[in-house]
Order: sequence, then structure tokens, then C-alpha cells
Amino acid sequence: MAESLLYFTELLGLPVLDARGRRIGRVRDAALVPLVHPARIDRFLVGGGWAWLSVRFNQIASISLDGIRLGEEILTPYHSDEYMLRIGRDLLDQQIIDVNGRKVVRVNDVTFEVRNASGNGNGHANGQGANGHSSNGNGRNCLYILEVDVGIRSIFRRLVQGVLPSGLIRKLQRVIPPNSIRWEFCNIVEPDPQRRLRLNISHEKLEKIHPADLADIVEELGPAERGAIFESIDSEVAAEALSEVDPRMQARILESMEPEKAADIVEEMAPDEAADVLKGLEESTSEEILEEMEVAPESEVRELLEFKEDTAGGMMNTEYISLHQTATVEDALTALKGNEDQLESLNAVFLVDSEGRLAGTVPLARLFVASRGTPLRDLSTETLISATVTEKQDEVTELFDKYNLLALPVIDQDRRLSGVITADDIISVLRHK
Amino acid sequence: MLKAWRTRIMIFLAVLGPGFITANVDNDAGGIYTYSQAGARWGYLPLWTLIPITIALILVQEMCSRMGAVTGKGLSDLIREEFGLRVTFVVMTLLVLVNLANVMANFAGIASSLELFHVSRYISVPLGAVAIWFLIVKGNYQSAEKIFLFACVLYVAYIVSGFLVKPNWTEAAVNSFRPVLMLDRDYIEMLIGMVGTTIAPWMQFYLQAAIVEKGITAKEYAQSRIEVIFGCIVTDVVAFFIIVACAGAIWANGPRDIHDATEAAKGLLPFGQYAYLLFSAGLLNASVFAACILPLSTAYSVCEGLGFESGVDKRFNEAPIFYWLYTLLIVIGAAVVLLPGFPLVRMILFSQVINGVLLPIVLIFMILLANNRRIMMEWVNSRFYNLAAWITVVVMIGLSLALAGISLRNL
Repeated sequence: MAESLLYFTELLGLPVLDARGRRIGRVRDAALVPLVHPARIDRFLVGGGWAWLSVRFNQIASISLDGIRLGEEILTPYHSDEYMLRIGRDLLDQQIIDVNGRKVVRVNDVTFEVRNASGNGNGHANGQGANGHSSNGNGRNCLYILEVDVGIRSIFRRLVQGVLPSGLIRKLQRVIPPNSIRWEFCNIVEPDPQRRLRLNISHEKLEKIHPADLADIVEELGPAERGAIFESIDSEVAAEALSEVDPRMQARILESMEPEKAADIVEEMAPDEAADVLKGLEESTSEEILEEMEVAPESEVRELLEFKEDTAGGMMNTEYISLHQTATVEDALTALKGNEDQLESLNAVFLVDSEGRLAGTVPLARLFVASRGTPLRDLSTETLISATVTEKQDEVTELFDKYNLLALPVIDQDRRLSGVITADDIISVLRHK
Repeated sequence: MLKAWRTRIMIFLAVLGPGFITANVDNDAGGIYTYSQAGARWGYLPLWTLIPITIALILVQEMCSRMGAVTGKGLSDLIREEFGLRVTFVVMTLLVLVNLANVMANFAGIASSLELFHVSRYISVPLGAVAIWFLIVKGNYQSAEKIFLFACVLYVAYIVSGFLVKPNWTEAAVNSFRPVLMLDRDYIEMLIGMVGTTIAPWMQFYLQAAIVEKGITAKEYAQSRIEVIFGCIVTDVVAFFIIVACAGAIWANGPRDIHDATEAAKGLLPFGQYAYLLFSAGLLNASVFAACILPLSTAYSVCEGLGFESGVDKRFNEAPIFYWLYTLLIVIGAAVVLLPGFPLVRMILFSQVINGVLLPIVLIFMILLANNRRIMMEWVNSRFYNLAAWITVVVMIGLSLALAGISLRNL
């Protein structure tokens, strides 16, 4: 056919004719079998008479706006197949995630591409026979999902389909700019884990989205879909995204999960954020999660949970790098190499004496311009600014403003270093005021 | 014990908002007029309808809030997912038309109530429109919700003015529980009008969306249900006082028809400046309140149902259709009030006709959705609940169709 695109709205209701041109019924739905092929329509569900028939893609000779012509006579009744993703039932009108555009969209229509499959190589006995009836003469027509359509053009098409002839609709719709998402960037969200397996749906694509964007996306979904995403993506990504989600929602997401999985995610969060999230939960739930956690992160988080939320202790993070006050730049670089996972958010390293008492702060940038043998003490800031764990949030914020800090060490009653507050903590405090 | 109570109150305050606000907005300019007219013309007689109205309101609102809490999706989302694009498009078109007429009625309410305070409508309406637009677009929902809750409190004005009028409380109490049916055409029309204005389609969309926005889940639903019931009762208590005030002030001195809510306010003048002022201020508050919520709720419902980006946290170019729709509803709603000779009354009658078509569709969809086990899981309607809900819905459909018929005749 001249136009190699076909819309799902056009496919619905197309007459289906057998090899001799007798009408069998109309197309009622089409389905992918994602385990076999991610984009090729595998089954056409045809309604005629009492029951629906299921027609496999390799039984079809040609597809055009005039109808679908079959190449063979064997017809099987349709019985619900759990390995099928039905376009009309499971995709149309539902919400999916546009991974590229990083947003949730609603499917208005689906665009297929009509491709010619060479008749051999798919092992179906009657496959060759179909060629005789094919309009192209040298292959069968197959449908591949090209794009999912959102936006006004597809709404228009769906509203007028069946009212105006297809050809005219195609002409009229050109006035409206198209708005479509390529199939490979679409992520279907399926709450049921068993169905996820059968339909070969993964949320892997979502892991490539920036956690902050992913957080925005899950906030738009329903609770079941939300839970499904957090349960099935990598815990590290889940942790990063979760710490960006609205605090009230954080609690709800964790509460809806198995404590084991929730613990995996909480473990991956920065201890201060983990403590904040757990504070929002009911005590029994947070206890369950803490019990499932590994010993090391658990005790860190438990320590933080002791502090009131609006004090330096409640704001601080216990992941920091501290060195003995006699250490050199060389030692500092070695320490950095051992803590790669912290580098992204690191602004300073801290010096302590042999009792663990805070002795100095060294801004990270100063390390790069000093020679390797320089003692760190010579590089530390002129005045040592710190806060005690009980200091109020407002006072801490004031310190950041007054001294233009990026990181502030927090000490306990015995002046021992217990954590660090960074500028991003202050920003979120100010934003939530 | 004390601590348990405090936690309970805290949880209640955390879910407070959606149900309470929705029910209160129901007493908008149109509602106040209907109740005032009922009181002025028929005195204490119509009071008995308030109890069945409250029950019907609770039944319908409860289903919506339950659906919101369980699915985390708005009503228009669910309609779209279950009934397809075409049906959604029709429902949304009707919703926009009905709500536009409602917005007009409420801007008219702003204009006429401020004229009682000697403010020209050419000042009050444009200023009101701009203020409403900014409140939503430049603020966020949390702060807006606080303002809305405060607006709910201002309905106390009606309760106070009801007391100032010194009505006949014995008669009011007796008539609240004694149904009176008369085969009088005007009386029946009044009853239909009262019931018909109580359950409006937009309320269901707004309530469910607000529950979702607030993030209330099935777990917290028990509290939320109390909030919805509480809101419905408060709303009808306010309606009770409006009717009583007009009965005591106007009907007692000779029953007559009034033609808008400001006439009712003037009728209260003999009972002191305060009764009059409070009644007018209540009308202003209700009109502003509804003029805030209606355009917003409409824009949200339409964009959700048709799959356009929506939300005041998005920028204009990210959600153009949402903002355009929201802005146009306010601009048109406000502008027609300023147009001399605009047939506002006919528009409102016309919207009641459309309402009579839309409400049955929405209510039937709601019951079907609330019974869908795939969507609602174990939270589907119970058998008894369904019986009550269907009876309510059938009665509501009958009454709103009757109201549509009456409006069509008057058109």
C-alpha cells in the first residue's frame, strides 16, 4: 500500500476476509506477545458470529484500509491469553511513561507501520501459501508498533473515526501538529508482578531517568503503580528517587512495600534522609524496616533517629571523611579514593584529634593546588566553625548564610565530630518553610 | 486517653479539606438563592428535605472519596480508562458548559453582593477575576486549601444572621422532621430545585481530585469518610439557617417570591444592619469561593480525562491547554456579568438543562466504577450500600431531569 502507516483507530473495525474473499468478521483488538517480539502485532482478535477468533500475524496476507485478507483457512477461537498485551484493552486510554520526555502521558491512539515480512523463516507450514494472495506479491504484511500517539491530533482522529471516511480524516488531521512517542521510549506500568513477567515488562528504562524527574513521574501515578515501580527498579535508583519525593508520599510508598524491599531502599539512602523518611512512618513500620536492614546502616540511622528533626543532629548526615590532624594531602587523596560513592556531594574533609574531637575543616578544592606532602592542618580554614547536635535549625541556617558555607561539621557535647550538614540540606529546609 | 484523642484529632486535621470544602462550595450563589427563595416563599415548610438531601449527598460524596483514596486517580481518569475517549469527551464538553454557566452565576453573585456595599460591578468583577486567577496560578494547592478552609468557616455568617432574625424555632424544629407534600406546582418545583442543586456533577470531580491531590490512601480512609460526612452535615446546617433566616424575615411578613439572593439580604434589613451585612457577606464569600474552585476543578478534570498536562505546579508552556481553559473560564465568566443585556438568567436555566443530562451519566458511571472489583478491589460497594446508592441515584436522576424539564419550559 502507498501509505505504510496504519492507526489503531483505523485497524479497529476493519473487515477481515478469508483467502477466497469471504468476510469473516471485523477486527476487535490486536495484541502483542512481548515475550516473542516487543513491537510486532502477534494476534488479531476478530469478532464475527458468536465468539472472537484469534488470527496470528503469519496467517495474514495483506493489510490495507480496505481490509485484512487472510492467507489461510485455519481459524482458532480466541481464549483469554495472559501472555498478550492487548492494544485496545491494555494500552489505549491508559497512562504510560514517556521515558524520553520524562512525563506521564495518556495513550490516545497507536501508530503501526505496515512492513513486508519475507514469507520464509518463521516455520509456519502455510506461510508460503500466503504469498499468492499478498498484494505485494513477495511477502506478507505485518504490523509493527511505531509510535504511541498523544495530543490533539490523535484525539481528533478518535473522535471522528467511523463518522468520516478514513482517507478524509487523514487529510484533515494534517493541519494539527502530531504529538507522538516512539514505542521504544514508552514504559508501561503494570502493578501485578506476575503479569509483569508474562508481558516481559520491566521498568529498567526508568532507571536512566534522573531521580528527581522520576520522583515527579511517580507522584503523578496511582499508589499501586507507584509501589510497582519502586519495588521493581534497582534499589539504588529507587533510593535516590525516593529521597526526592514529597515527604508525605515517601512514608506511604514505604508503608505499602514489603519491609524487606523497603529496607533495601532505605539502606541505599543517605543516613540523614533515611532517618527523616523513617520518622514519617508509624513506629511499628519503621521498626520493621530497621530490623530488616544491615547492621552498619541500621545503627547509623538509629543514632540519627535519636535527634529531634529541627536540630543540627536531625539535619546532619553521618557520611563524611575525617582524617587525623597530622595527616597530609597524600593521605587525604587516598581516603577520597576509598570513598568514591561520596565524591559527588563532598565539599570538605575534616580533621580530628586522637579522641575524635574536631580539629579543622579542609575545603576540598584546596587539596588540588597543594603539594602532596603538605600537612592538612596548613590548608584548613582560618576559623573553625561548627554546630552542636542540639543547635536549632534556624541557628544552623544562619551560620550557613553568615559564613557562606557549603558544609558545616556537627559535634557532640564532647566536641567529637558526629556528622556534617551540607548546603543542599539547608536548601530543602528553606524550601519547605 | 488524652493522647489518643490528640492523635485522632491530628489525623482528622491532616485529612481535613477535600470533603469539607466540596460540600461547602455546594452552597454557592445559586444554592443560596434557591434556599432563600424556598424560605421566602414557603417559610419553614421546605426544611424537611434537608435530612434526605444530606443523606443523598453523603452517599454520593462518600463513593467519590473512596474511589480517590483507593485508586489514587481522579474521576475523569477512571471514566477515561473504563469508558474510552469518546464518552469522556462528551462528558467533559458538557461539564465545561455547565461549569461555565456556574462560574457566570458566581461572578454575578460577586457583583450583586458587592453592590450592596456600594462597590460598582465594573470594579469588583475585574478585580475579583484577577485575584482569583493569581491565587491559584501563583500560589500552590496547599496554601489555597488553607484559604478555602477559612472560607468554609465564614459560612458561620449565615448561622449568625439566622439567629439575629429571631425566627420561630419551634416551627423550624417541627418542620425539619415533618415531610409536607402538596400538589402545588410551585411547591414541587421548589422541592426539585432544592434537591437538584445539591448534587452537582463538578463536585464529584473536584472531591475525588482533591482526595488524590492530598494523597489520602485507603488506609487513612476511615478518617476521610468522617470528614466527608461532617462536611455534608455542616453544609446542610448552613442551608437550614439560610432557609430559616428568610422564613423568619420575609415569609413571616407575607410570603413572596424573590428574584436574587441580594433581595433576600435586603429582606433581612428590618432585623438590623448586622443580619443584613452578614447575609450579604456570606453571599460574597460563597460566590468568590465557588468562582475560585469551579474553573480550577474544570480545567483539571478536562485535562486529566483527555490526557493533557495539568497542574498549577507546571509552567504555562508545559501545560498550555490547562492554563488556557482555566483562564478562559474566568475571563468569560467574569466578562458576561459586565455585558449589559447579557441573558444571564437564560444561560443559567440552559445550564440546568445540560446538568440534567450530565448528572445521570456521571452518577451511573460512578456506581459502575465503585462496583468494579478490578479497580476498587475489596473496597467495592457493599450490597446494602448499592441498594441505597441506586435508590439515591434514580431519585436524583428523576429530579434533575424534572428540573431540566422545568428549566427548558422557562427558557
